[in-house]
Amino acid sequence: MSRIGQTFIALKAHNKKALITFITAGDPGKGLTVPLMHALVEAGADIIELGVPFSDPMADGPVIQRASERALANKVGLKDVLAMTADFRKNNTTTPVVLMGYANPVERMGYQTFAQAAKAAGVDGVLTVDIPPEESHGVADVFKAAGLDPIFLLSPTTPESRVEQVAAVASGFMYYVSLKGVTGSAALDTDEVSRKIATIRRHCDLPMGVGFGIRDAATAEAVARIADAVVVGSRIVNEIENASENELIGRVKALVQDLRRGVDAASK
Amino acid sequence: MKLTDLPDSHGHFGPYGGIFVAETLMAALEELRVEYDKARQDPAFMAEFEYELKHYVGRPSPVYHAKRLSEQYGGAQIYLKREDLNHTGAHKINNTIGQALLARRMGKKRVIAETGAGQHGVASATVAARYGMECVVYMGAEDVIRQAPNVFRMKLLGATVVPVSSGSKTLKDALNEAMRDWVTNVESTFYILGTAAGPHPYPMLVRDFQCVIGRECLTQMPELAGRQPDAVIACVGGGSNAIGIFHPYIPHEKVRLIGVEAGGSGIASGKHAAPLSAGSPGVLHGFRSYLMQDENGQIIETHSVSAGLDYPGVGPEHSWLKDAGRAEYVAINDDEAMAAFHDLCRFEGIIPALESSHAVAQAKKLAPTLKKDQIILVNLSGRGDKDINTVAKVSGITL
Ligand SMILES: Cc1ncc(COP(=O)(O)O)c(C=O)c1O
Repeated sequence: MSRIGQTFIALKAHNKKALITFITAGDPGKGLTVPLMHALVEAGADIIELGVPFSDPMADGPVIQRASERALANKVGLKDVLAMTADFRKNNTTTPVVLMGYANPVERMGYQTFAQAAKAAGVDGVLTVDIPPEESHGVADVFKAAGLDPIFLLSPTTPESRVEQVAAVASGFMYYVSLKGVTGSAALDTDEVSRKIATIRRHCDLPMGVGFGIRDAATAEAVARIADAVVVGSRIVNEIENASENELIGRVKALVQDLRRGVDAASK
Repeated sequence: MKLTDLPDSHGHFGPYGGIFVAETLMAALEELRVEYDKARQDPAFMAEFEYELKHYVGRPSPVYHAKRLSEQYGGAQIYLKREDLNHTGAHKINNTIGQALLARRMGKKRVIAETGAGQHGVASATVAARYGMECVVYMGAEDVIRQAPNVFRMKLLGATVVPVSSGSKTLKDALNEAMRDWVTNVESTFYILGTAAGPHPYPMLVRDFQCVIGRECLTQMPELAGRQPDAVIACVGGGSNAIGIFHPYIPHEKVRLIGVEAGGSGIASGKHAAPLSAGSPGVLHGFRSYLMQDENGQIIETHSVSAGLDYPGVGPEHSWLKDAGRAEYVAINDDEAMAAFHDLCRFEGIIPALESSHAVAQAKKLAPTLKKDQIILVNLSGRGDKDINTVAKVSGITL
């Protein structure tokens, strides 16, 4: 079983929900990503999502767009992200790492080459935002064959009839995008999300992660009550953007500890 | 399988095209596909589209034998398909009318669009006013400055113009921002995409709406010249005017189809916008096609004197036609386009768009290699009123 699968089983055994934290690789600096990853784990993250910088992040709001631009200015590409993951693995062999990004950098490297290199670097799952199941053809199979979990999105606009189709290609966990909109959008209606999740669970038995719009302990707690995993991205990237280099690790840790308290409060 | 049977039901032209978008847009694209499929088989819809093209746009646009220009260039006879004479001054309106009628049919009261040169923005603002819809146009901050007259026109027509300051601040970034708007407002909003690119079904439906150009030529050329042309030339930004004139000619195998990309300062300089001539396949803006990208798969900045050609990708059907060998693609540099612009002004009394000037410049190269009784048909996709500030600046003149 993959590291992601094991993580969800272990959490369940302890009656806990997962906290998944997102940062963009290479933001704010090339050398800061691995220390940030360790800090996220120390502060209570169960899974790390590492954003692969892309020049045209169509599905992202301004906060993550800026992170991507900073990372590109630091000349960070897909190969660097794999190197960072390998570096992280020197001191951490248990926390799953999921790469999240867009199709083109992976397409350019070649799906097969990428899958093997990612596995060798210690990557566990891959979410390519702009490859829906319809276009994943061989891609999801190539990832699975290499031992990577292909992760897919579901959204408020996904018709019930499509859920099974998406679930058929996905593994690891299912990522429900709680809002219509780009990353970093506000206002999340937990009742609505709860109804949608109930519908999805009828067609999909993967763990359910919910992301978009989670910004503090209270929203994390509310989401942890209805999902298996809480995904936080823009809020953390926002903290990184506003912190000076010497307060960076401390501020990110404090934020993630707070989110962790929120997630754990849901299981009490 | 015939070359004209594509795309397949998933929007693929061979390895190109497809639907590469985030999950939130999948349902909307499916809804559009289903609705367009019904509309194109609905005689009432097609009759209204044709009525609007005739009475509102002023179609058919003439084909004109540019005799003085032909004489000047020495060789083949050059004919111009006068899309510059359409209402709003370019071919873009053919497509925006089609999409606005679809939006109305689908009950969407708000339309959004991306624009580079501003021609598609103007054409979108125009149809929004015509059909009583709210219109928001995304435009790169750089282009807002380059194409100031068109920004004002859009505002006069009641549209909101949103300058986009992310990335390279040009057309590709405007497209990203329009997509983001669409993801957020997907239920109320129709996205009027301006070229034969984007996720399926856009490349197909934009092509279908633009094919009126080529179909008219098929009947006009025999009437005027006694036969079909030997070569058809069109400029290629995203590829809508080119596919509109090429597509009906695909089965006419003796007719050469030549697409002209923006060569900017020259292919060797790296400062250009010619993905078919100097790029490689990849995925951007919802589809697979030739792209301008670096070795890490990042999209690289494009350069062209013409804002409408300043785009790092190209519609998927052109990638397919290139690989299939049915169409040829070449690049014309800024200075060559500028010279052709002045030629058409001086010899024919027609001020062409800088985009279209690229096609004229290719005719200038090709004509002397052909015989006097051979025929080149150039798609004059738009008029140049919008470009006079740029031309003045390049010529060192302050207006
Ligand atoms: C007059 C004119 N021609 C050509 C183009 C390029 O677009 P396409 O390749 O879709 O025809 C534009 C785009 O703005 C334009 O305004």
